[in-house]
Order: sequence, then structure tokens, then C-alpha cells
Amino acid sequence: MSAGDVVSSVLLLTGVSLALLAGLGLVRFPDVFSRMHAATKPATLGMLLVTVGAAVRQDEGSDATKLLLVAAFQFLTAPVAAHMIGRAAYRSGTGDLQGLVVDELKDTS
Amino acid sequence: MRREERAVVPGAAGASTGVAVSVVVTICLTVLSISAVLCLVRLVRGPSVPDRIVALDALLYVVVSGIAVAAALTRDGRFLAVLVAVALLGFVGTVTVARFVERRGS
Repeated sequence: MSAGDVVSSVLLLTGVSLALLAGLGLVRFPDVFSRMHAATKPATLGMLLVTVGAAVRQDEGSDATKLLLVAAFQFLTAPVAAHMIGRAAYRSGTGDLQGLVVDELKDTS
Repeated sequence: MRREERAVVPGAAGASTGVAVSVVVTICLTVLSISAVLCLVRLVRGPSVPDRIVALDALLYVVVSGIAVAAALTRDGRFLAVLVAVALLGFVGTVTVARFVERRGS
């Protein structure tokens, strides 16, 4: 096993275990906001680890660039998507609003 | 066994490299499958629409990770354009449904 394979394997296994944690959190947590807490953080870190791990094993530079492009898009879009989902859950009243410690959206919406 | 592994992993440096990486990739794909099933459970059961959006988003990351892991196994970059398209389309879909829920209520 070459050094690149070892690095790639470690990155892939770490990223994939984050995806498993997201799945467990989605099933076990009680309301929308805590489920988002579980599901949206591995979406950035886990994706970065998996794409870098796969990019290490690519022979051609263009393939590795495509994988890193996915990670870059993920870092741009995941916070926006999480923000939209959270605001939609807040305004449609589906989340557990009594459990909030700080409610900064109450003044603005 | 050795010949099979070479058939599965074209372009691998040697048989031992191919075996070790394919074991890692098999573990990765198994874990991703479990995660996908958990996301599907929430997608079916989730009481509100935002729950389902979160679950669908997570399922999409699982699919993208699966394609990336498969690309790491085969060292084949043919499906990587699919990866970029899926990641961007997933974002557009999530934002669209979130806007819809915000306007209409769930």
C-alpha cells in the first residue's frame, strides 16, 4: 500500500463515518433544528474529506480538480441552504420554538 | 482472487494495493448504505416538510460521497462531471422547496 493509498483510505473512512453520524442524528434527534445541526455539518467537512480522499487517488489532474470543485461548491452552497431551511422551519412554525435559547429572528420577521 | 481484484481495479499498482483499497472502499460503501437507509427513514417518517428537506439534502450528500468513493476505487474520472451537476442541482432544489414552504406553510 503506497502512502497515497493510506492517506486516501484514512480520509475516505473519516468522511464516510461523518455521513453515518448525520444519518444517526437525523433519526434520533427530536425536532427540525437539532436534526439540521446533525445533518448539515458533516455536509461540509465530510464532503471535503471524501472529495480530497478521492482526489488523491486520481491519476489525471483534471479529475482531481473536478472533485475539489465539488468541495468548493459545497462550501459555498451548504451554509445558504441550511439558512434557507432553518428560516423556512421557523416561519412555518414546524420547529420547537419553545426550546430556543436565543430568538433573534423574532424582532426581524 | 488475485485476478478478480485486478479486474475490479484497473490501473492499480499491484495486487496488494488493489485488495487493501477495495476492502476500504467496501467498508465505506457499507457505511454509506446504512446512512442512506437512516436518511430514508427520516424522509418517510419526518412529520413536517422541513424535516424531509433536511433528510433529502443529507441523502444527496450520501449519493455524492458514494460516487466519489467509487471513483477512488476505479481511478476512473468518467462520473465526476455527474458529481458536480448533482451537487449544484441539489442546492437549487433545496432552496426552491424551502422558499415554497416559507410562503405556503407546511
